[in-house]
This record gives sequence, structure tokens and C-alpha cells, in this order.
Amino acid sequence: MSNPNNAIRLAGAHGRFLGSLVIRGGRVIDPAQGIDAITDIAIRDGFVEAVGVGADAPPGAQVIDARGLIVTPGFVDLHTHLREPGFEYRETIATGTAAAAAGGFTTVCAMPNTEPAIDTTAVVDFIHDTARRQGSVRVYVIGAITRGRKGKALADLVELANAGVVAYSDDGDCVTDSALMRNALAYSRTTGRPVVQHAEDRALTTGAQMHEGSVSARLGLPGWPRAAEEVIVARDCELAALTGAHLHVAHVSSAGTLDFIRRARSRGVHVTAEVTPHHLTLTDALVGGHWWSATASLPAYDTRTKVNPPLRETPDSLAMAAGLRDGVIDCIATDHAPHGITDKHCEYQAAASGISNLETALGSVLAVVHAGGLTLVEAIAALTIRPARVFGLAAGSLLPGMAGDVTILDPDREWCVDPAQFRSKGRNTPLAGHLLRGQVIQTIVGGEVICDRSA
Amino acid sequence: MRRKDVLDLDDFTADELREVLETTAAMKEVLARPIRRVPPLRGKTIVNCFYEASTRTRVSFELAAKNLSADVVNITASGSSVEKGETLVDTTRTLQALGADMVIMRHGASGAPYLVARELEASVINAGDGWHAHPTQALLDLFTVQSRLGSIEGRRVAIIGDILHSRVARSATWGFTTLGAQVVLCAPPTLLPIGFADAVNTGLRAKGIVTACPVTVTHDVDEALRDADVVMALRVQRERMDSGLLPSLREYSREWGITRERIAKARFGALVMHPGPMNEGVEISPEVAYGPQSVIEAQVTNGVAVRMAVMYLLAGGRAGPAV
Repeated sequence: MSNPNNAIRLAGAHGRFLGSLVIRGGRVIDPAQGIDAITDIAIRDGFVEAVGVGADAPPGAQVIDARGLIVTPGFVDLHTHLREPGFEYRETIATGTAAAAAGGFTTVCAMPNTEPAIDTTAVVDFIHDTARRQGSVRVYVIGAITRGRKGKALADLVELANAGVVAYSDDGDCVTDSALMRNALAYSRTTGRPVVQHAEDRALTTGAQMHEGSVSARLGLPGWPRAAEEVIVARDCELAALTGAHLHVAHVSSAGTLDFIRRARSRGVHVTAEVTPHHLTLTDALVGGHWWSATASLPAYDTRTKVNPPLRETPDSLAMAAGLRDGVIDCIATDHAPHGITDKHCEYQAAASGISNLETALGSVLAVVHAGGLTLVEAIAALTIRPARVFGLAAGSLLPGMAGDVTILDPDREWCVDPAQFRSKGRNTPLAGHLLRGQVIQTIVGGEVICDRSA
Repeated sequence: MRRKDVLDLDDFTADELREVLETTAAMKEVLARPIRRVPPLRGKTIVNCFYEASTRTRVSFELAAKNLSADVVNITASGSSVEKGETLVDTTRTLQALGADMVIMRHGASGAPYLVARELEASVINAGDGWHAHPTQALLDLFTVQSRLGSIEGRRVAIIGDILHSRVARSATWGFTTLGAQVVLCAPPTLLPIGFADAVNTGLRAKGIVTACPVTVTHDVDEALRDADVVMALRVQRERMDSGLLPSLREYSREWGITRERIAKARFGALVMHPGPMNEGVEISPEVAYGPQSVIEAQVTNGVAVRMAVMYLLAGGRAGPAV
């Protein structure tokens, strides 16, 4: 675990949110401080001033009545595809951060598989600048590991860190070359930023469309075996041990992967990991649609089920929840991957991978809570302080002095997922038409209410 | 037949399969007449939409449609707007606007006909999608076995070859097991789809079919052939060797090829089938392919009758000799 005292505080991107307000009467859950109590929170000029019954409202500040609701630190997403620059038809920084706010996320980390890739200071600056002008929430930037994300040569990792990137990743592609990955990890020690690996041995996933198992066998779709993830994670754990660097495993999908992470951790290797809401809750049966389950809401071959890494089987999704409980998995990250209609309205094999996730993440995670797979406090920790600690971000807690980023939610409010109502441009979700239990009521960034469903 | 499309046999009941086989027999009778043309699809437009090279299947569908007096249009991937980058969904909308009554689709991507069927009011017949399904091929296999052996229930069918990449094997497995046969799938481990037998066995239970061990898997060709009433060899392509799935075609043919010596291990008089095109001397030796047990040519002939039956039933025709 990173030391929260070494938290990165970025200048720039977040000066805009300087509101003052007080939130009264909610059940405040702040795992970072061990708080779970009905109490009040005062935010002054963008920062938490006090947490406690009767916390004072700054004169003239808005008073939010949160009685009957849960009040948590704003959610932190370590894995968001904002698509800008290059794929603005899928998402922009403006729409992606609006979607984040709608989903209760007040901090997102933008993945670098844009066009151009985020491998130079100029692109980092562009994102910071655009986020400052158009963003609804705080945006941190993840830089590419390799130049152009091509997996051949290292990007200027120190320069990127100086420009403010909080981690490195070639996400969407795996750094397959072992020597290059070793060098990336070794070199990352100069900046202390984690190297985030998309673990996929491409030689094992040629043409792969979905999890390799009985559903793929029946559908005649080339399979993506668990081993393709596990072999890379096993290798990278050894390389992290060799170099002493911080490896972060993106979107863990296979139960077996957790064994490698657990083993490395027990040897003191600095490995962290994240899991997505969909790998916690959905399985490959969804790709088989009606064939697999009479109650399935989707037909077979529905491209909204296509995601990389793929949806796996029930033992895997159960292992993900168990991993969050016992800490092998540090946090939940959305892997929000918005796509345009034409990216998905086509043959399964031609379809883009990814799920538009920011606006349904809380409902999905709470489904695990309602089913008894996680406690509410564990789920909130996995969305707030735990991801913040992985990247060393000054976020995810309501400690006085921290940014006044708050999510107010109703864990029992039921709502039907209607992608037409999404703030995201990406309407690609297999949850369309699903009833979710648990909804964000208000999202507050720096004391300003950015999203409000309280009416 | 109360369905809009024929996309695979996994959703067919045994009664529906029997209805097709019965109607196929009537169509065989039509084909034996001096003038093979009957009128049930007169005025209907059938579009043969082939995104993948095919000779026998495309011609078989075309002849079947013409025998039923339909107007047939052929679209192939080359020489159409597909080459200009038109998407499958665009093409489908065009077919809809042009008023196609039935679309026969061959496509390299598993599931592509399902996308088209969802978009299109017209009936869709899957003429082969990727590795997934080839229902009319399986129906002609069922018809061939039924007409040669008199029954399918309780028979043992060995399917030997590249199961992993075979839509024929998948659909045939559903078809034979739904009618109460046992299927044994045999291939080198690299050419067997992991979990397919489980998927079918589970699916059959859901359909209420209670045959003991309907689908089993083996790597041992002698075990597959033991007591087999039907031996179906599948094409093994040279490119499987290039992609590292097989050491050599020579080794394949020695270990898994259907030779005269091997076929003797099957039940006396067992039928030998092959969906074509054959690699003679690889998965099947010429003396077996053209020997007395081979029904490979009958499969091709029956293909036209089966496709006539499927189109006729989809267009609302009833089973029986009324054509």
C-alpha cells in the first residue's frame, strides 16, 4: 500500500470547485476515518471543514438535508476512458465527467488510449486544461507506458510524471515484451508512479471474443482463456519483485489471478489490483442470452456483453467479491468504456469491447452488497479511500482539510437502467432495462452540487 | 413450423425435426418427377446472401428455391456494396426495403445471422455462420441417416475431425441428440472446443431430452468408432498446421484419418458421411469416401430436398405429401 502521507496533490485541474455547504443528518460512512454515524459535514470554500453533529454552516451556505440517506466521500475511479482527444464521438471530457458525477464519482483517472495517445506533456496538458474548463469532476491523467502505446519503447516517464500523470498504463493493450515490462517497472521507481498492466497474453487470445468455456463453445466464438491473464500477472509479479516497483493489475477477471497476487504480496512485493463492477456481477452466461437463462434480458450474441477482459463464470465473480473482502483486490474501478452506436451495432466479432459503466457502477456494486457478498462499508471503502491510496491521490476521505467531495446515496432506491438518459455518450451497457437497487442522490465536488436527483 | 427463422437446431423440438424430415421426403418425390418445379413460393423473392465462399451450399439453396418457383437473387461479398464498406446492418436494411421475403445467409462471423434476423421482418435461414451453426447441413445429415438406417433414436454417431472450427459438428450434434441419438466427438485435444459437450448436455436437459450421455468426447479414434452406426469425418485444413494446432497433416491422417482398416471397427454397415469439401487422404481415405458405406453423394442430393422443405415450411407450408 502506498503511504497516504505521500499523497500527490496536483496543482491546476481542481481550482474551480470552491463552494460552501453543510450536509445534515445523513449516515456518514467514511472508512478512511472509521466513521459510520449519523452526523453532519461542513464544507467551506471547497474543503471539508468539520465532520460532527452540529458542524457549523458557513454563513449563507446551502444546507442539504440528508436524513435517511448515506453520505460518503466522493467516489474515485482509477480506470476511466474519456476518449478525448481522438474519439469524441464516443465520449468527451465534458460528457465523461458529467457521467462520472451522475454515478457519484468525483475523481476519475483518464486512460491514455486516446488518439494521439497520452505519451507527451502536450496531451497531458490538453486534458488537464480541458478538464479544468469543461469537466464536472476532478480529472487525473494516466500516461502511456510506451511511446504511442505500441509496446516497443518507453515513453518519457519522468517528463510525464512532471506533467502530472498519476500512473502509467498501455491499457487496451498488454505490455507483452518481458524485457520492456521489466524496464518500465524499474524506471518507474524514479517517479514512484505505479505501472498499470492490462494483463492479456495476446498469443493466447488471438481472435478471442469472450471467455473460453462452454458458452463460447456453444456459440462458436473464439475463447479468451483465464490463463491469458494469469500468465501475465504471474510474470509481472516476478518482475515487480525483481525491480521493487509498484505493479497495479487492471480489471482482474479470473479467480486464479488472485492466487498469484496473494502469493506476491505475502513476499512483500508491491502489487495492487482492481476489479470492475461487471466482473463482480455478470458472467459469460449473459453472452448466451436467452439460451442460457429463460429470464435473460438479452438475446444471444448481444454485443453489449462484449468486454475485455471478458465476463467469466460464477466462481470468478464470487472470488472477486471475496478478494475485495480480504484485501487481495484493493478497489473497484469502472473501466468505463463508452462506444458509439456503430461500434456495437454489428457482428459480435466486429464489435468494440467495453461497457459504459460510470452511471451504473454503484447499482452494480450494491447488488453485491444486497446479496451479502460485501458489507456496505467494504463497498464504500472500495470506491473511495482504497482506490485513492493505490494511486496516492488526495481524495476518498472526508478528513478536515481534504477536498469537499461528497456522494450522497440511497442504497435502496430502485431505478430502471435507461441508457437514453445517460450523461455519457456511451449507451453500451448490458444492464439496459435492468432494475438496479441503489442510486446516487447528490454528487458534490468541492462544495458544489454537480448532480442532483433529490427533487 | 411456427418460427420465423432457422438459425440453428438447438432450439428445435424433436417434433419440429420430424416435420422437416417428413416434408423432405415429399420434396424428394418432387425431385424424382420429370418436371421438378412446384409452385408454393411463386412470386416470393429469396436473397442468397453469401459473405463467404461456397459452391455447394449456395447452389443447393438456389436450386431449392427455383424448384419452389421463387425468384432468387444472389449477393456475394465481392462485387457488391460490401466491398465499399457497407456494414451488415446497412445491407440488412436494404434487403428489407427491397422487399426480400426470405434471406439465406452465409457469414464468417458466428452469430451474424442472429443480428440480421433481429433486424429483418423476412425469414432468415442460416447457411453457415463462423464456427457456430449450419442447420440445413445437419438436417440433410439427419435425413440421410434416417432414410438409410430407418431410424435415428438410439444410434451412435461418431463425428471425427476439426470439431473446434466446425459449424457442421455443432449443428449435427444438436440435431442427432435431439432425436435421441448419442454423439461422440473425436479430435486431437487442440481441435476440441472445451466445454461443448457440457453445453449440449445441459441444453438437452433443459429441452427435456433424457438420453443417457448424449454427447461424449474422446481423443481416441478407435474408441469413437466402436459400435458407431454413423461415422462423420470433418475437413481438416492445412492452415490448422500453420497456426500450431497440429504438427502435420501426415500425423493427423495416421492417428485420426478414417481408413478402411479403421472403419471396420465401427458397426457392420455403418454409414460414412462427410460434409465436403474433402481432403482425400487426410481425414478420409479415398477408398472409404467412395466405398460401399459412403453416403457422401446422397448427402449432396438430399441437401436440395431438405432446403426445399425448410423454405416451404418457413413460408407457411404444411408437412406431408400435399405439394
